[in-house]
Amino acid sequence: MRFSRCHGSHLRLLSHLTSRRTMSQFASVLIPGRGEIKVPTGLFINNEFVRSVDSQEVIDAINPFTEEKICSVVAASAKDIDVAVAAARTAFKTTWGKNVTGFERSRLMNRLADLIEQNAQELAELESLNNGKPVKIARDFDIGDSVQVGWADKIAGESLEVDNKTKFAFTRHEPVGVCGKVAPALAVGCTIVMKPSELTPLTALKLSELAKEAGFPPGVLNTVPSLGSVGGAALAAHPDVDKVAFTGSTVTGRKIMEAAAKSNLKKVSLELGGKSPHLVFESCDMDQAANWAALGICYNSGQDCTAGSRVYVQDSIHDKFVELLVSKVKELVFGDGLDEKSSGGPVVNQTQYDKIWNYIESGKQEGAKAVLGGNKRPGKGFFVDPTIFTDIRPHMKIVKEEIFGPVLSVGRFKTEEEAIQLANDTTYGLGAGLHSNDANQCMRVASALEAGTINQYNLLSNNVPFGGKKQSVRRELGSYALQEFKAVHWNFGEKLAWPL
Amino acid sequence: MPGTFIHKFDTPVYKGTVNVSTGLFINNKFVDGSDTTTIEYVNSTGKLITTISEATAKDVDIAVKAAQEAYDTTWGLNTSGAERGDLLNKLATIMDAARDELAALEAMDNGKTFNWAKNVDVDFAIQVVKYYAGWADKIHGQTLETDEKKLTYTRHEPIGVVVSHILLASRWIMLISCQGTNNSIYDVCLEDCSCSCNGQYRRSEGDFHPLSIKSDIHTVVQPSEFTPLTALRMCSMIQEAGIPPGVVNVVTGYGNTVGAAISSHMDILKIAFTGSTIVGRKIMEAAARSNLKPVTLELGGKNPNIIFNDADLDNAVEWTSFGIYWNHGAACCAGSRIFVQSGIYDKFLEKFTEKSKAIRIGDPFGENIDEGPMSSEAQFNRIMGYIESGKTDGATVHTGGNRRGSEGYFIEPTIFTNVKADMKIVKEEIFGPVSVVVKFEDEDDVVRQANDTFYGLAAGVFSQDIDRAIRTAHRIQAGTVWVNCYNHFKPQVPFGGYRQSGIGRELGSYTAVKAVHINLGQRLS
Repeated sequence: MRFSRCHGSHLRLLSHLTSRRTMSQFASVLIPGRGEIKVPTGLFINNEFVRSVDSQEVIDAINPFTEEKICSVVAASAKDIDVAVAAARTAFKTTWGKNVTGFERSRLMNRLADLIEQNAQELAELESLNNGKPVKIARDFDIGDSVQVGWADKIAGESLEVDNKTKFAFTRHEPVGVCGKVAPALAVGCTIVMKPSELTPLTALKLSELAKEAGFPPGVLNTVPSLGSVGGAALAAHPDVDKVAFTGSTVTGRKIMEAAAKSNLKKVSLELGGKSPHLVFESCDMDQAANWAALGICYNSGQDCTAGSRVYVQDSIHDKFVELLVSKVKELVFGDGLDEKSSGGPVVNQTQYDKIWNYIESGKQEGAKAVLGGNKRPGKGFFVDPTIFTDIRPHMKIVKEEIFGPVLSVGRFKTEEEAIQLANDTTYGLGAGLHSNDANQCMRVASALEAGTINQYNLLSNNVPFGGKKQSVRRELGSYALQEFKAVHWNFGEKLAWPL
Repeated sequence: MPGTFIHKFDTPVYKGTVNVSTGLFINNKFVDGSDTTTIEYVNSTGKLITTISEATAKDVDIAVKAAQEAYDTTWGLNTSGAERGDLLNKLATIMDAARDELAALEAMDNGKTFNWAKNVDVDFAIQVVKYYAGWADKIHGQTLETDEKKLTYTRHEPIGVVVSHILLASRWIMLISCQGTNNSIYDVCLEDCSCSCNGQYRRSEGDFHPLSIKSDIHTVVQPSEFTPLTALRMCSMIQEAGIPPGVVNVVTGYGNTVGAAISSHMDILKIAFTGSTIVGRKIMEAAARSNLKPVTLELGGKNPNIIFNDADLDNAVEWTSFGIYWNHGAACCAGSRIFVQSGIYDKFLEKFTEKSKAIRIGDPFGENIDEGPMSSEAQFNRIMGYIESGKTDGATVHTGGNRRGSEGYFIEPTIFTNVKADMKIVKEEIFGPVSVVVKFEDEDDVVRQANDTFYGLAAGVFSQDIDRAIRTAHRIQAGTVWVNCYNHFKPQVPFGGYRQSGIGRELGSYTAVKAVHINLGQRLS
């Protein structure tokens, strides 16, 4: 439930009474071990949870562990998006944007961060219920990672020496306007219309409740759960949205960029897919490399754009490493997310489940060898047990395409040159991992790994986890300088205890 | 074998011979296009000057391969910043020695006067190359404190094969493709950048650099006029400077063939484009459908220039004239909506009219000429169409409003008054020496009017009251605001548009960078 990744939507202010014919705007959700909690189910617009202005559509939130419905939330229509955008625009012009100081934005964001922290357990449980992710992962990794507060009062431009006798120039970093992404946008003064994933809308709505409690003025943050083809499309094509930030599939990213080009040329930032490699060299600390590689593919059941889904191991240690890796992965329990013993849960829904199993079948058919997993589990829940393929070939679908599940391809290389060539042989370029204790080799390989993407390139060197601290090198707000860069995380001491 | 264009200039302002190879420039060699077809090169007076080799999609592939190979071997991460800086400095020196020649080609091309081409465009282009030569060995990342067991740093690496319409410095590979989309050209270059100053160099060269030539043309009505000669002349300078083969490649061709091939190419990793909003949209769409290459777009403008009662009147008149008449208004940043406060309105209009009438129109190579012909018949017709629409819509032609003479595409500097917000001449980019002057009463109202446009490229504010000037500068939705000056570019200062004036300077951030220039004393006469 990474807050900064949620995409939102909003609700229209209607009284609870008027909604009695359809649904209440709050639902009681039973969390085993905790009891019932109240979850908002309306669109969050102007700090109120409301019904759709013209639609009866709902989105069912499904528990992937039981395959049962948790509750339904209002699905925003294109008209609702208009209402939310108008609310955001008004707030931008009156109570937010250039009308508040960075200190005030920072104060509110700190309050929100505190509220999130206070409610971390409950939010994590709700997230787990809705997407299957273990509570401890949601709480300890994701929620701790949520809000960018410190930037709000550190927005600085530059003054530029031009001619000391006659001219002076300076730059000002101004908020863009109405945006589609949360934390960094709020920090600089943009207002938000957030469309959360249609699969997991509950935590976004719960967070909206906390935003209101924190004291954000109405209209600053609006959350509108909606189908991508409705709400997402409406936002991307909206003439009064100034920027859309999207995290998700490359296919959808393309559509958003096209819609932006055809409408008002809104600014677009896309964080799309990945098929990120880990390179394991013979000089590495094998135990640690295996831990990080296991984390790289098992984290969030592989449903992460930076998942380390290709591991290339130097010939001399290949067999031993694979054996170690398999034993590490076997130690993890994939079960009920609400159970503290679980390190992994089911994947998010039936569609994703089917897609992953198709990839696993294709891997077998194309001749890869499943050294772990590869068999379906009986019973309820969209479970995919971690699957490791060896004996892979570059043309195989499991090696080329993003699977978004706990399916790992392990290949081998002889030389550093071959390792770099294999790692770079992809259309993606999001992340990479490098495990070696040879400092010169680390520097050489880090430099040679290519990104070639619109995303920032997280290079996780020498035993560094994917998804670990990558938010700490977020593209810098205060500098227009940084268009593309490679971020290198160099771990020289942090040990990963296993299992999680 | 590609041909050579040789022309002997014997004019009052420039005498000399230019010699330009008219091939495509790939791997530091001038070559024929794959189909050996040519494009007729017609200049701003409508005369056929020469023929130029025509590139097709095949040639784009060849050029991209050359650029990629150079990137992998002799450029990219294989040269030091110091070497790249040296080469760019050499290029600047060579350009410096050829100022007159470049200016003559540019003036012949697009109709701007030789003197302005030489003293503004070419001069600025040289400044920019020198400025970026200085950046080449100053590419820095950051180290980021996370915790004591971990080291995190950023590296600013070249992107790879990049296309832009302008010459860039630092570590770049350029595929400059001159595309004649009718009367437009946008050159495209492959840069490999990621230097911390992308926005800055990119902006600056838009309309100024001899490589980019008049980059902004909107519609595309007739397919033959374009202006690649200065770009091709630059290629021989690039050879001479010793920049390795493949680093800069120029493919001249039409937008619907070469432009489309570039926009949708799978191995081009970035495109920077300056031109019309319509073409900008197409490029972004093609990028979305192909390899999601990032785009930087510098598009149109309908820029407000605001003069308050407390402005220094003479200073405001001078800069305002420069703001609209520089390059006969054919500039995306042209200050074409002039808002004047009521207390100073009559006096301002009188002096501004005098200035406009004093503009000397004629042969770009004549002595003491301020304005040459429009760049093509299409452009001429388009501008005259706007002037007619202003008349039909009921605006007052305060001065000008006519063609000058019967030969050549000359248009009188034209001022409209008594305009309404919904008139085409107030809303649309004209790209010619045509402005509207609007009277206003108070600050809030003028800010509202100034922002009533879907563009957001540039703006001017004239006031001696520091509070008012800065307040207004901050409230205008535009990427550049000039205070007490206009069209006053510097290589150090970023440029780019808000709203539908473009995307760039800083893709991926939630802030938009506004550059504010404050004139502290430079007089313009």
